[in-house]
Amino acid sequence: MNAMSHVQSGNAYNFGFLDEYAKKEVRRAILKAIAIPGYQVPYASREMPMGRGFGTGGLQLTLSLIGPDEVAKVIDQGSDDSVNAVNLRQFIEMTCPGISTTTKTAECTLIQSRHRIPEQPLTSMQIIVLQVPYPDPLVVVEPSEDKRKTMHSEADYSRLLVKLYEDIVKFDEITISHRYPTRINGHYVIDPSPIPRWDVPKLNDSAAVILFGAGREKKIYAVPPHTKAEPLAFSDVPFQVEDFRDEKGRRRACARCGCTDAFLDEFVADSGGKTWQCSDSDWCDAQLLPAKRLQGEPA
Amino acid sequence: MSYVAIKGGGRAIAGAAAVTEYLRTAEGLDNDRAEPLEIDAILHQLRHLVDRVVSEGGVYHPKFAALAIKQSLGDTLEAAFALRAWRSTRPRLSATPPLDTTRMRLIRRISSAFKEIPGGQMLGPTPDYALRLLRLELMDESPDAFRAVARAWLDNCPDARLPDSFPKVLDALRAEGLLPPVTAARHQTAFDITREPLVFPLPRSAALATMARAETGSLLAIAYSNMRGYGDVHPTVAELRVGYLPVLLPHPVTGELTEAGEVLITECEVVAMYEAEENGGKPMFTIGYGACFGHNEVKAISMAILDRALQKGMQDGAANPSEDPEFVLLHVDGVDSMGFASHYKMPHYVTFQSDLDRLRTTQQKSGEPA
Amino acid sequence: MNKILEVRNLGKIYGPGCPQCIESTGPDADTNLCPHCGSVVAIHDVSFDLFEGEILGVMGESGSGKSTVVKALYFDQPPSSGAAIFYDRDKQYELFALNAAQQRWLRNHRFGMVYQNPHLGLNFNISAGGNIAERLLMSDLMDYGAIRERAKALLARTEVLLSRVDDLPKNFSGGMQQRVQIAKALATQPPLLFLDEVTTGLDLSVQARILDLILEIQQELKTAMIVVTHDLGVIRLLAGRAIVMKYGRVIEAGLTDQILEDPQHAYTQRLVASAL
Repeated sequence: MNAMSHVQSGNAYNFGFLDEYAKKEVRRAILKAIAIPGYQVPYASREMPMGRGFGTGGLQLTLSLIGPDEVAKVIDQGSDDSVNAVNLRQFIEMTCPGISTTTKTAECTLIQSRHRIPEQPLTSMQIIVLQVPYPDPLVVVEPSEDKRKTMHSEADYSRLLVKLYEDIVKFDEITISHRYPTRINGHYVIDPSPIPRWDVPKLNDSAAVILFGAGREKKIYAVPPHTKAEPLAFSDVPFQVEDFRDEKGRRRACARCGCTDAFLDEFVADSGGKTWQCSDSDWCDAQLLPAKRLQGEPA
Repeated sequence: MSYVAIKGGGRAIAGAAAVTEYLRTAEGLDNDRAEPLEIDAILHQLRHLVDRVVSEGGVYHPKFAALAIKQSLGDTLEAAFALRAWRSTRPRLSATPPLDTTRMRLIRRISSAFKEIPGGQMLGPTPDYALRLLRLELMDESPDAFRAVARAWLDNCPDARLPDSFPKVLDALRAEGLLPPVTAARHQTAFDITREPLVFPLPRSAALATMARAETGSLLAIAYSNMRGYGDVHPTVAELRVGYLPVLLPHPVTGELTEAGEVLITECEVVAMYEAEENGGKPMFTIGYGACFGHNEVKAISMAILDRALQKGMQDGAANPSEDPEFVLLHVDGVDSMGFASHYKMPHYVTFQSDLDRLRTTQQKSGEPA
Repeated sequence: MNKILEVRNLGKIYGPGCPQCIESTGPDADTNLCPHCGSVVAIHDVSFDLFEGEILGVMGESGSGKSTVVKALYFDQPPSSGAAIFYDRDKQYELFALNAAQQRWLRNHRFGMVYQNPHLGLNFNISAGGNIAERLLMSDLMDYGAIRERAKALLARTEVLLSRVDDLPKNFSGGMQQRVQIAKALATQPPLLFLDEVTTGLDLSVQARILDLILEIQQELKTAMIVVTHDLGVIRLLAGRAIVMKYGRVIEAGLTDQILEDPQHAYTQRLVASAL
């Protein structure tokens, strides 16, 4: 993934928008993040031409890593076609002439995503970059970054665990829905970005490199390949993913492709009733293909 | 039934851009004399807007600031943001040495500490004592009258020669032993917030740099909290100066310092209540420093007060929000804060789905109707 | 009896310090404030031993440095000089040579602290049970049911009503807050407990019951304790041995009975006389 340092003729911007010194700094931070799994590496986050909170952290990682032979995929809420994903993809296409983009998870080498990890298992040839609004899971119990740094270095997460305890006392359940605190390689606890709990197990022993970029908070961290990632829980109150069973206890299926093993989005249909569909649009399309073939329809 | 509501995102974005551009140019629909805003007109007639944008954008490029104002339809947060993003694409080629602000070409200089100051007070352009009455005669200003005003002012201007440099009010106080002497720290390399991450605790230069490109209103609000009672800096403006500061750069071949141009800046030095010196020395006044690109006095004063408050907080621990370096420095950047406020408009379907799951489960367990 | 703690020449100076600090402060100088540099010599040259299951009283008025001693040993404030060795089963720890993580480990696993001000020892935003759970979670107990059972058992032992296990400490009386603090301190069954003015400010009847509780715990669990107080009554009831401090120095040390019956230092004599 070597970066090109020439300026495209007729283009006011460097390949990958950022200047080469900035990209180098980001890559150094990424290497450090991979070397210390789960540790939040501070870096001098640059301003990007889209709002803080729209994925500027993830984008800086993507642009620092991308080379001309890359095949990029950008998703938001699981969809390649959501407004923000389109916007980011167009920006990457504009500033990185020569690269290709795709919506197919299996075909890409680099994925930038907000709030989801694709359903299709990633491979050792792929990198996924997740956009992060709040990098520090300890912020809910300690507002001072200085103190949080000490707590992380000593792996002092008891106050976070007490929150889980208090949850069970109050609600008989752990109420954390997304951004589920997850311990990496037995030490640092990370905020895995606002992915649903459904996606948290995908962090564990992943074949792909998983990178996290927080642009506004100016931190980069990583879950390297084949690294242990354990959601915080009690031995007798285990971590649970979202429950997609109906009133009768049957697993709901996607109204479009019929699959019963993906994260579903809930819609209120025009008729007023509720329907469920795959959140991951590429996955849904891929499930649909064989079904259509079976029915003799052209794909 | 469509797959998801957000299908067609690409077309929607293009449409949003087109309608915004329509609003910018719609004046031309039924007005044949409508003309696009000239960059020069923005530079000259909306100068304080340009000043804010170069300062908050963190690059002294008034022309691009004016362009940013034009394309953002006058939204200062958006304009500063565009300038900042452009800045991300520029490498850092060189750094100036600390520049001596006694060499500023002044357009305004006041002290509220003394009636007379060495070099004299100079009111310059300020609305401070103007009556804020709407000037209805400007509603329909003729181009001829407009041009005549500036010419008349120049013709009536006495041919006074100003000195090249003005002494600092602080230096007089320092000579009297009322202020601590300048320490060597001042000559250390300044922290570059565009190249290094903020890791607390921070050196003072990092705090100053962060505030120098902070959003004016955010800085003012936190400084105001200190003035009103959530703090006790009780400042006196020793000196406030506005003018053009020569920028010196090492010559690429000879290495000799060479004037490369000048930047308009506002600088403010406040003197705050005295404190006993640590090592049994005599008590002295303390100082706070503020400076920013452009003519923006409220920002420079706010920054000077916060500089003093933060120094106190770093030394004795923060007694209120304005003395807490993390609280102040992580919440004053306009690009960060406006971006994050805006991002809540983006879809959060997945996280909300996850929230729904938790709430329903919890409601079921507590026996309430789901 | 086995030694559990050995403290040698502990000192703590607030301020820049100067060569005259020591000779210009202490009981003879009648101050702990150095007139030359303005530093406060909070403690100087404090040495003592503590044995398994023993209660040592540290007595003095405010400003004597008695709380500074336990704060240093509990790693709340590092001392300026001196050493302390903690003997734990077959291990021994040079307390002030440990790094922050090692110190935190000892604090969480092997030491307990009960402060005069319950705000220092308890998190008022989480339940009484949660406070105890926090300490158990620090020691890597990760079974919710087991944590809950242990928290309840500790609260029962310290005579806190079990119906209040999920209530916030801010809704408790002062005496009850101290009981929760004690339960929290005991959660990991530490061999060493620090008690800093734990009964100060409580009603006499409440004081008496808490002191009884401390004695019972010491007899049951054989926990060694350092009890800091300005109250001779507390020392008399709890401590087998005591040291008396004034302006940062130890002016008298020995068996409690001996000190109270036959005080040697003029200050102690006044103290004992005034308490009679």
